[in-house]
Amino acid sequence: MKALGALCLLLLLAAVLASAIGVVWTRNESRVLFVQLTALQNRRDALNIEYGKLELEQATYAEPRRIDDEARQKLGMLDPRPQDIRLLRR
Amino acid sequence: MVLVVGLLGLASIGLMARAFDLQVVRKQFYQRQGDARFLREMPIPVSRGTIFDRNGEPLAVSTPVLSIWANPSEVLENADRIPQLAKVLGVDADELKDRLAQRADREFVYLRRQMVPEAAQAVLKLGIPGINGQREFRRYYPSGEVTAHVLGFTNIDDHGQEGLELAYDDWLSGKPGAKRVIRDRMGHVVEDVEQVRAPKPGRNLTLSIDRRIQFLAYSELKSALKKYQADSASMVILDVKTGEVLAMVNLPTYNPNAVNASKPAQRRNRAMTDVLEPGSTIKPVLMAAALSSGKFTPTSPLIDTTGGHWYFQGHDIHDTHDYGVLTPTGVITKSSNVGAAHIAMDLDTSLMYDTYRAFGFGNSTNSGFPGEASGYLKIGRDWRPLEKAIMGYGYGVNVTVLQLANAYATIADGGVMHDPSFIKGDDNPPKQIISPDVARQLIQMMETVTGPGSTAPEARIANYSVAGKTGTAHKADAGGYAKSSYTAAFAGMVPASNPRMVGVVVVDNPQKGSYYGGVVAAPVFAKVMEGALRLLDVPPDNIGRWYVGGPLQGAGGLVGSQPPADAPLDDAPIDGGTP
Repeated sequence: MKALGALCLLLLLAAVLASAIGVVWTRNESRVLFVQLTALQNRRDALNIEYGKLELEQATYAEPRRIDDEARQKLGMLDPRPQDIRLLRR
Repeated sequence: MVLVVGLLGLASIGLMARAFDLQVVRKQFYQRQGDARFLREMPIPVSRGTIFDRNGEPLAVSTPVLSIWANPSEVLENADRIPQLAKVLGVDADELKDRLAQRADREFVYLRRQMVPEAAQAVLKLGIPGINGQREFRRYYPSGEVTAHVLGFTNIDDHGQEGLELAYDDWLSGKPGAKRVIRDRMGHVVEDVEQVRAPKPGRNLTLSIDRRIQFLAYSELKSALKKYQADSASMVILDVKTGEVLAMVNLPTYNPNAVNASKPAQRRNRAMTDVLEPGSTIKPVLMAAALSSGKFTPTSPLIDTTGGHWYFQGHDIHDTHDYGVLTPTGVITKSSNVGAAHIAMDLDTSLMYDTYRAFGFGNSTNSGFPGEASGYLKIGRDWRPLEKAIMGYGYGVNVTVLQLANAYATIADGGVMHDPSFIKGDDNPPKQIISPDVARQLIQMMETVTGPGSTAPEARIANYSVAGKTGTAHKADAGGYAKSSYTAAFAGMVPASNPRMVGVVVVDNPQKGSYYGGVVAAPVFAKVMEGALRLLDVPPDNIGRWYVGGPLQGAGGLVGSQPPADAPLDDAPIDGGTP
């Protein structure tokens, strides 16, 4: 009888230890995952920011004034005159 | 022995009581104190939505910047590093120290807002305790001054201040979220506890504005302003079928990327906030009332304007030339004030007032733009005879450029009025204002204005038919009208056979050269609309001709690129003095 009691006590002690270690392990896991989450969030933010920068860059390059200047000066393009326009099909 | 045990027992009871006290009785107090040390509610920042033009080109973009803030007490603890900090920030070291000392009781002080991320990183790299960076967003406008008035600008807290940035501020800015976190002493976040509020990111906005047409209008308007030395100019282009605003440009303008350098006069969206007396551009609206009344058709009855003067109620209503007997169409073609005044007097006052009102004069256009003016139209009941007469040729009424454009768009769309809108795909319920037949007749009458013997041959566009009306109005001055200060205007629709776009150009006070609408404003219209028609892929409807019914020029194309040099008839800018 006493042996059974001692065994139960030991089992309970082991269970307590296991649960304590379980808590430590879970907390550690949670910290590790949190660090990963933060890193991914930062990466997402950085990508969004870069997207915004690229959008701005694209808008600046597509600026009508710039295209107009480049076309006229660098490429020597002109608006076609009315007599140069032919209507092919209505 | 018993004594020792008794003392130990007392001590343990004391300990238990204390433990009970701490864990149960004072639990809240200690927990709150602990939370105050490391639990913080942090905002989750959201960026402002991008504003696109109708083709998906970004017009306003938010870019991230870093703002440097300091916890004054912590920084003052390491006061020896302040000079270094001041140098990187670019401020005076003593001034910085004073500023921090003044706010020593606070926990948060901005040192420099909206720094470029690279410069801000240089500050943070110093590693001075108490200095942190906060992510903020700043608006950039790639088109700069071309779209300045329509878009408006934001303030340093990223809230819209003027224009569409203000009108749609809620939609664009979204709401920052909040989350509770555990922070360590250095300020690093150790653990996310919970999300208090989900962030609602700013939503994007697609405008009806076409960036290319906007730029075209801006550059043509700018050269006209310079050529005629005018004070200001505006142009509005509307899409006829939907009422959407394709372009709205004003000069003088400013650079919204550097608002602090601009003056208030440059920031006004004149096309919507400034009113003008329309002058002869209102004659088609008068004619709409006349045709609707049944008393007039495009060709009858004949109106006698012989002599070119009509002395009415002590006032001299006159034309620039004696046009003799005119049909109603002739009144439009020659822009006869005498004819218009006669027609006005022949109409029922209530019909004329209701028509003007129905065309939107005196009301806001419901475009949703902040600061829009409603113009002025006196109540029909109170019109005196002379006021009625002069309202026939455009004085005594105040309209904005947008209202004028909207009125012409109504005529262009077969008498159907749409509320002008800045948003693409905004479905405004249309209203039938006049019958489609009357609208068709009006457009035909207005086509003669770009034909021979009229006021706007400069508005001709090769291969397209153009319908419109010029206007040259005296500007009101203290105690009457200014002797030599005019508003030159042209309002037109293209192509006349099936109008797709309406454009109104108004040039304020041209000083050099001419001041007539047909000379100053009409060529701007022609150049801009020519480009706009090509950009929107509208097929030509008047092949090989310069004006409707004109001679066919050359086989398969026009001979020469300049329209035949008709001297434009002078628009009649008379003293429409208020009685």
